[in-house]
Amino acid sequence: MPSITRRSTRARRSERGQHPRRQSHGQRRPRPSGQPPIIEVNEATVVYPGGHVALERLSLQIARGEFAFVVGPTGCGKSTLIKMLIRDVEPAAGTVRIAGKDINAMPHDRTPYLRRRIGMVFQDFKLLSNRTVYDNVAYALQVIGEPRSQIRRKVPEILRLVGLQAKIHNYPDELSGGEQQRVAIARAFVNHPPLLLADEPTGNLDPETSIGIMQLLYRINRTGTTVLVVTHDREMVDKMRRRVIALEEGRLVRDEAEAGYHDESTQEFAARMRDAMGVDELDYDSGFEH
Amino acid sequence: MGRFVFFVSEAFRALRRSAAPSVAAIVTIVITTLLLGVLIPVLWASEGKASDVRDQIDLRVFLYDDASRAEIDSLQEKLAAMPHVKGVEFCSKKCAVEELERRLEGDLKGSISELNSNPLPKSFNLDLDDPDNLEAVRAALMPPNSAGKPTPISPAIDPPVGDSRQDAKEIREVTGAVRYVLAGIAVLLLVASLLLVANTIRLSIFARRREVEVMQLVGATNWFIRWPFMIEGVIVGLAGAGTAVGILWVCKEVIVDPLADNFNLIDNFSTMAFAPLVLMLVGAAVIVSALGSGITLRRFLRV
Repeated sequence: MPSITRRSTRARRSERGQHPRRQSHGQRRPRPSGQPPIIEVNEATVVYPGGHVALERLSLQIARGEFAFVVGPTGCGKSTLIKMLIRDVEPAAGTVRIAGKDINAMPHDRTPYLRRRIGMVFQDFKLLSNRTVYDNVAYALQVIGEPRSQIRRKVPEILRLVGLQAKIHNYPDELSGGEQQRVAIARAFVNHPPLLLADEPTGNLDPETSIGIMQLLYRINRTGTTVLVVTHDREMVDKMRRRVIALEEGRLVRDEAEAGYHDESTQEFAARMRDAMGVDELDYDSGFEH
Repeated sequence: MGRFVFFVSEAFRALRRSAAPSVAAIVTIVITTLLLGVLIPVLWASEGKASDVRDQIDLRVFLYDDASRAEIDSLQEKLAAMPHVKGVEFCSKKCAVEELERRLEGDLKGSISELNSNPLPKSFNLDLDDPDNLEAVRAALMPPNSAGKPTPISPAIDPPVGDSRQDAKEIREVTGAVRYVLAGIAVLLLVASLLLVANTIRLSIFARRREVEVMQLVGATNWFIRWPFMIEGVIVGLAGAGTAVGILWVCKEVIVDPLADNFNLIDNFSTMAFAPLVLMLVGAAVIVSALGSGITLRRFLRV
């Protein structure tokens, strides 16, 4: 089990750009500077009606292409952070910028357009129960006015990516939790958004299924999409060795940038995760990356 | 165009997949439309009858037997020029007898011929624009003189100026009351149907608020979410009103029309024609149901 010390050594190394594998995987590196960070929260305070302060003067930046975790105990403000990023709640003070744009300065009728550029994955999947897998994923494309021919092409493609091509005409309640979450991820990613937010994506799933889901998110991250995962699963986060942002009582208490970062293929990643968590291999792979 | 097809197919999908609430909404609309479809013609007919009775009220001005021709002519001109007077009709002594004859039946009819002279006076019948103006016209016919005593405008008039019936005032009051009661019932009924339909629709949408929430999270604009719901409302309204109109039509063909053929009673009622009634009912059902959906959604759609 990697210790804190080991992780911070790695962190320092990667900050100096000395990681041996870093150079060979150019597409993993955050995009050139000049582009604003994908997420830029500045001194944001969120107060709920009734006076509960959910976030207090929170500041953080997440660069394009990063894979980061937000951890913390229940009620620390993790979910509020996600809601704030999609403008479900607005900060009482401070600013939230997505790709350089102050989202709370936009007119309200533009909010749906913001959400189209952010993929969302939830603990309870939030699938439309009266639609098949295909229609659930297609809805995200219908919303943006994608022509039918494109939908017919893209939906099976993305469902193949998440390994659900066989269940394309099933309804969500005919699927397992892990499969439903894959559908949710497919829906979140079918537009290829630059940012994907996952709120406890593995909260309802067993460890092996969770690894499969994390592997999928990792794979999505490798295509250049920034992935921000909110979780309270410390063990999982430790194994992932990615940037960890810890919240407590609405405040940022720890931000370990690129802790123990090292680049690996999704295969290596999954193998390492299974190894670290003591789970037997179970082939979820769809042959996306051989 | 593609959008519209998408919205309509979305609406039908929703109807199929949540059949129970849709059926509940349709049944509610069938029942309220039936209720309105029966009661509106009935209220209409009652209102028509009340108006008929009111129209029969006129003001009769009796004249002295010895009034000269010139006096009568000048009075007729004056009467015709008075406000609220729609028409003036002169009724001679002979016409008064004929009128009496018309009203009497059986044995009494013959008894008129037994009179050796005609005791009935000449009169003017004043047709008024509205029976409520009866008092005003009567007062204008008998303005107070310098001593404050009501005096007729012409020496030919035999005071007091009365109305055609003793109970004219009562009729006026009763028909007026009937009219208000009918209007009240119609309004109550309309409000009740509106609330009933709106509530049923609210329930069926409330059951789907999670769906709306998910749609918003995926980035659907409010109108993108709202259109299928409104089209669904139109379909529900059309289905409900269509069924109700079908039932009404069958009832009309099977029950009302044969009755109307056999009895003069129903024939005499002037009521609404079937076509405009159907148009009105269907239009109202569709609009209420579509607006009900759209307005209910607003609560779930605040971003």
